[in-house]
Amino acid sequence: MMQQFLAFVQKELYHIWRDKRTLFILFGMPVVQIALFGFALSNEVKNSGIAVLDPSKDEVTRTLIERIDASRYFEVVSYLQSTDEIDAVFKKGKIKMVLIFPNNFARDLRHPNKAMVQFIADASDPNLATTVTNYASAIISDYQNEINQQKIPYRIQPNLRMLYNPQLKSAYSFVPGVMAMILLLVCTMMTSISIVKEKETGTMEVLLASPLQPILIIIAKAIPYLLLSMVNIATILLLSVFVLQLPIAGSLLLLVLESTLFTITALTLGLLISTITNSQQIAMLISLVGMFLPTLMLSGFMFPIENMPVPLQVVSNIIPAKWFYIIARDVMIKGVGIGALWKETLILAGMTLFLLFIALKKFKIRLEG
Amino acid sequence: MNKDPVIFADKLTRNFGAFTAVDQISFAVNRGEIFGFLGANGAGKTTAMRMLCGLIAPSAGKASVAGFDVYHQSESIKKNIGYMSQKFSLYDDLTVGENIRLFGGIYGMRSDAIREKTSFILEDLHLQKEKNTLVKSLPLGWKQKLAFSVAIFHNPPIVFLDEPTGGVDPITRREFWEMIYKSADKGTTIFVTTHYMDEAEYCNRVCIMVDGKIEALDTPAALRHQFEAPGMEAVFLQLARKATRSGD
Amino acid sequence: MIEIDNISKTYQTGKTKVQALKNLNCSVKNGELFGLIGPDGAGKTSLLRILTTLLLADEGKATVAGFDVIKDYKKIRNMIGYMPGRFSLYTDLSVEENLQFFATIFKTTIQENYHLIRDIYEQIEPFKNRKAGQLSGGMKQKLALCCALIHKPKVLLLDEPTTGVDVVSRKEFWRMLKRLKEAGLTIMVATPYMDEAVLCDRVALIQNGQILETDAPDQLIQNHRHPLWKVKANNMYALLQDLRQYEAIETVHPFGEYHHATPKSGTEDMPALKSWLENKKHEAVEMEAIAPNIEDIFMDLMQNKTS
Repeated sequence: MMQQFLAFVQKELYHIWRDKRTLFILFGMPVVQIALFGFALSNEVKNSGIAVLDPSKDEVTRTLIERIDASRYFEVVSYLQSTDEIDAVFKKGKIKMVLIFPNNFARDLRHPNKAMVQFIADASDPNLATTVTNYASAIISDYQNEINQQKIPYRIQPNLRMLYNPQLKSAYSFVPGVMAMILLLVCTMMTSISIVKEKETGTMEVLLASPLQPILIIIAKAIPYLLLSMVNIATILLLSVFVLQLPIAGSLLLLVLESTLFTITALTLGLLISTITNSQQIAMLISLVGMFLPTLMLSGFMFPIENMPVPLQVVSNIIPAKWFYIIARDVMIKGVGIGALWKETLILAGMTLFLLFIALKKFKIRLEG
Repeated sequence: MNKDPVIFADKLTRNFGAFTAVDQISFAVNRGEIFGFLGANGAGKTTAMRMLCGLIAPSAGKASVAGFDVYHQSESIKKNIGYMSQKFSLYDDLTVGENIRLFGGIYGMRSDAIREKTSFILEDLHLQKEKNTLVKSLPLGWKQKLAFSVAIFHNPPIVFLDEPTGGVDPITRREFWEMIYKSADKGTTIFVTTHYMDEAEYCNRVCIMVDGKIEALDTPAALRHQFEAPGMEAVFLQLARKATRSGD
Repeated sequence: MIEIDNISKTYQTGKTKVQALKNLNCSVKNGELFGLIGPDGAGKTSLLRILTTLLLADEGKATVAGFDVIKDYKKIRNMIGYMPGRFSLYTDLSVEENLQFFATIFKTTIQENYHLIRDIYEQIEPFKNRKAGQLSGGMKQKLALCCALIHKPKVLLLDEPTTGVDVVSRKEFWRMLKRLKEAGLTIMVATPYMDEAVLCDRVALIQNGQILETDAPDQLIQNHRHPLWKVKANNMYALLQDLRQYEAIETVHPFGEYHHATPKSGTEDMPALKSWLENKKHEAVEMEAIAPNIEDIFMDLMQNKTS
């Protein structure tokens, strides 16, 4: 039996190696995705133009403005003289935010809860507006920390601080997300297509009429993609650590094990898809539209789940990638161990077993019922 | 039969890269003739036929179909021919009536003409009750006969048939050939390829292609005589054995 | 060796139901070269798929070498060789890789049963490194046959192995089958080509899911002996129409070089027909009495079924 199995795995490797297009998808994609997400599609805002209205013109406001201008996220493009100019300056389109200080800001500062800074952001891109105001707030509260430590004996801890990712590097949230995407693409789509291809070209007929046990077909189809995924994950992690400068805070071993679990989930999904269609095109469509797209939207890595309407939040619970995303993100960024993640791991494992059970039951050992 | 060539080819050639699929073939087909085009797979039959139908341009040589040049007037050729092949003839998921209407429209016929001829065809084929049946539910034999009727729906002067009787039961095969005879009798020129050697006998003249070239072109009787063979199959075997292409 | 007992199979696609096999009965003896002869849609593929355990019949039983196709499917899969209706080997693997793969799947090696496939394999060996997808039709069939034989099966099931293959390869293929039969294999071949029937030990003529008749080819011809004439003249189409009108002719069909005409029983008068035709201005009239061939018989049986 082992020999049959090995011969089958070897055949699968031939197929993968000889199909140049597939090879490109399998190896090229992770690199492309990381590059894309890491650099180009960055949620980060750099050198956003802002305008400042500072009637106060005291040392505090000046320091703050300098700080903001100095940060690589902002560039003060114009100084306004009055609130009438705000509308016009936005319409010109060169700025994303206006920073407005009241009169006598420094004096207000000495009274707790009295000093206010107003941000008016261009929310025609709400994501951008939120990000921009967040950055500005962060800079302001950093300053607030400093002056508190210098001037007043008691500490007022501000409630705005970006934990773990003070620079709000968006790459942090993308890397585990990209890992999930790649695994889905490689394992789910490729496995399902690979199995369905045998049905479509007719080779499945010959295989079934042979002494080969059907379960071996499944396992032997999965193994190459499992190995490939390991390579892909290693590549992604290497890229993220050395090129994007994102260290892995937690246990590498735990990350690898959880990734393996999710890989098996993705493979099982691929197997399930292959049992419901005989056409490669449909298998691909189901994988992309049925799996990839909802995962992209609802797993939480592009759009926060908490911001979604409640029905979608409920739906997101059945998306395996959501759980993996939480696990991967927490291990990579927060550095937590299995103690904090056992619940999510159990859910993911449970889902996998359930899907596996259904897929195996549906796998046909004959051509039609 | 009057010698009135409706298909004319002179040193017609087609290359695919370094491979010469059709190698300088020359022949003429007369009006009302049933012209058989035989050859092994890979001999160049399909490519030659495609050039004559205006589907691909030749690499060299000349050819004209129904008076139209294959290089510059391929669209006119398509309007003046009928085409039917084993692989595709009608849309399975449309009904009989819908198929006829569709192809009538494609051939540029007017709606009233289509309607009239539709009932005529259905009567002729005894398919009146099946007008609203999906084609995929029809037995293969009826499908093929219907496909032929649709191919000549617009009364083209020339009809190209690419292995039209593959896999069909023997009675239908003959009924099909009777339809071809009838059509040729009315003056339609029939250009047909087939793997059935007995069908070669129905043709007025037969052309046998081997390795892209024409190795024989004559009436079946003359060919049998020339190759001292009891039937067309023996003629074909003698020629096919010489082929170098069937091995790779 | 193969027993088929009252097998029925219906397919349902959407709203249409097609009955592919209707209470079919058939048996194949050990060491026979058996032909299943019929056109597309007759039920050949369905029957073969049931025998290879790839399809479940709706009713009836079937056994191969004594094993039931449903209960003992694993045992059957161990000892049959199967060539499906279209080329189903791996097009991106080479000839040798395909053979190697299937040998291993069948728990054997190429060397072990090489003597069985040697004659066939020698013809494609020069191309052993070529990808299977780039072989000609004839070569593909030979490769598929090798892969079906590599494990020395007891029973060989072939679904239209010569369809779409050139005439020369077809003849070779049947020669190879004869040799395999002599080596002791039981072979069941499904084919639409009526002329291949005479190459078999016994044939079953199948149409519309039913078997019209089963017997040895020459026995079939004996059983259906009836007066049959072949007739030809210069204008075959006109001849056809005239023969149809002739009172004493029952049926007439075009048959290539000649038409086959069945005279009504008791009225076989060839000279009368000849002069009648010549009076109708037919030239070069020839006619001769002949024995029906398999195709004639098939058509007779088809027409009897419908009438």
